[in-house]
Amino acid sequence: MDTIIESLPMLWEGLKMTLYIFAIAIVLGFLIGLIMALLRLAPFKVLNWIAKIFIDAIRGTPFIVQLFFIYFGLNSFSWVSLDNVWAGIVTVAINAGAYFAEIIRAGIQSIDKGQTEAARSLGLNQSQNMRYIILPQAFRRMLPTITNQAIISLKDTSLLSIIGVADLTQRGRVIVSATFEPFTIYLALGVMYFIIIYLLSLLSSYLERRFVLR
Amino acid sequence: MSMIQVSNLKKSFGDLEVIKDMSTAVEPSEVVCVIGPSGSGKSTFLRCLNRLEEISGGHVYIDGADITDPKNNINEIRQKVGMVFQHFNLFPHMTVLENLTLAPIKLGKLKPDAAEKKALGLLDKVGLGAKAKSYPGELSGGQKQRVAIARSLAMDPKVMLFDEPTSALDPEMVGDVLGVMKDLAKEGMTMIVVTHEMGFAAEVADRVLFIDGGYIVEENIPNELFGNPQHERTKAFLSKVL
Repeated sequence: MDTIIESLPMLWEGLKMTLYIFAIAIVLGFLIGLIMALLRLAPFKVLNWIAKIFIDAIRGTPFIVQLFFIYFGLNSFSWVSLDNVWAGIVTVAINAGAYFAEIIRAGIQSIDKGQTEAARSLGLNQSQNMRYIILPQAFRRMLPTITNQAIISLKDTSLLSIIGVADLTQRGRVIVSATFEPFTIYLALGVMYFIIIYLLSLLSSYLERRFVLR
Repeated sequence: MSMIQVSNLKKSFGDLEVIKDMSTAVEPSEVVCVIGPSGSGKSTFLRCLNRLEEISGGHVYIDGADITDPKNNINEIRQKVGMVFQHFNLFPHMTVLENLTLAPIKLGKLKPDAAEKKALGLLDKVGLGAKAKSYPGELSGGQKQRVAIARSLAMDPKVMLFDEPTSALDPEMVGDVLGVMKDLAKEGMTMIVVTHEMGFAAEVADRVLFIDGGYIVEENIPNELFGNPQHERTKAFLSKVL
């Protein structure tokens, strides 16, 4: 018990880092996903292909390989200098982006095409249709799946400890190597991750209720 | 000048030729009902008029503007052409009032307060002034369709297209919707109505088009078309529905 209390300030620092990375990466990832979904649905074959190649490449490779590719691979070029935190953020964002792209695409396609027809017949152009009619409805439907992906991405951030990012997991590892109490420390880590994820799913169900389609 | 001019319209879906060759014109304030068997191309014809379907051949002119000419902005042309759908297609995430004000505001036609005032007036006109704050999901089918008509009218269209507006309604709801359409016709709105309501066509239409097999087989004033059809196919169809 004493070990946990003594290590709390350090774990707190790690938690802050985890949340910092997660917050930036999930927003970036969502934007990447939205852009890729729109490219995927755009009426131009070339754009569809670009998005499809991106999505397939990311979904078809392990997260760790992507992380090493970005942190070690890209950094081997003189004109790239990503520190480990930003390499981590970029990897999580790109990885989440590929999955978000498919979630958003499916969400957009699930909206009845009569909605688009009504909007277009009123004179709205395609981007106004997306913005005011399709996306607001699609996001409500996507919320549970988006939450699911966000939770997966949050857990993926723990892998960044491998490249030395001082996140929650990495702090835990350091404490364990100093105290030799893996059971208590990793249990504490698990509880902390669980609480964050639980709060995230509470937020999601709140939003679902708040924006329920009447 | 005709409000709508259709010349040698053709429309195919892949190998399927739905509209083979149709030409007609609709004058300002004219009410034209389009009848015909299902699969005859009635709805496709209507949907070609505001380019919800890309036409495969021929021309459609709305108020003189060729809708397929890339120089003409189709979004501007569509603002003049209201459309009412079989399944209403109201925006479920917005209140009734927002359904009516969205397009006029976002397209810069009216300021928000003016759009709201106009919308409330239109809702009163279709008998739904009390439903402004409701969501579409809280309305009956007949109410939804009247809101959909009001939504189109909020853009001050010059023409209204109706695609089987009462086909998805319970029978007791049909009268209210047809009533709103009759009022609109009386006010001089130019209307094209694809319908199975022969009574409505006979009473309100200035002219009835009978469409079958991708052609306008016959067109005439309702009394003549219903009372004295010239073509075998028109006779066969009317004998089944009247």
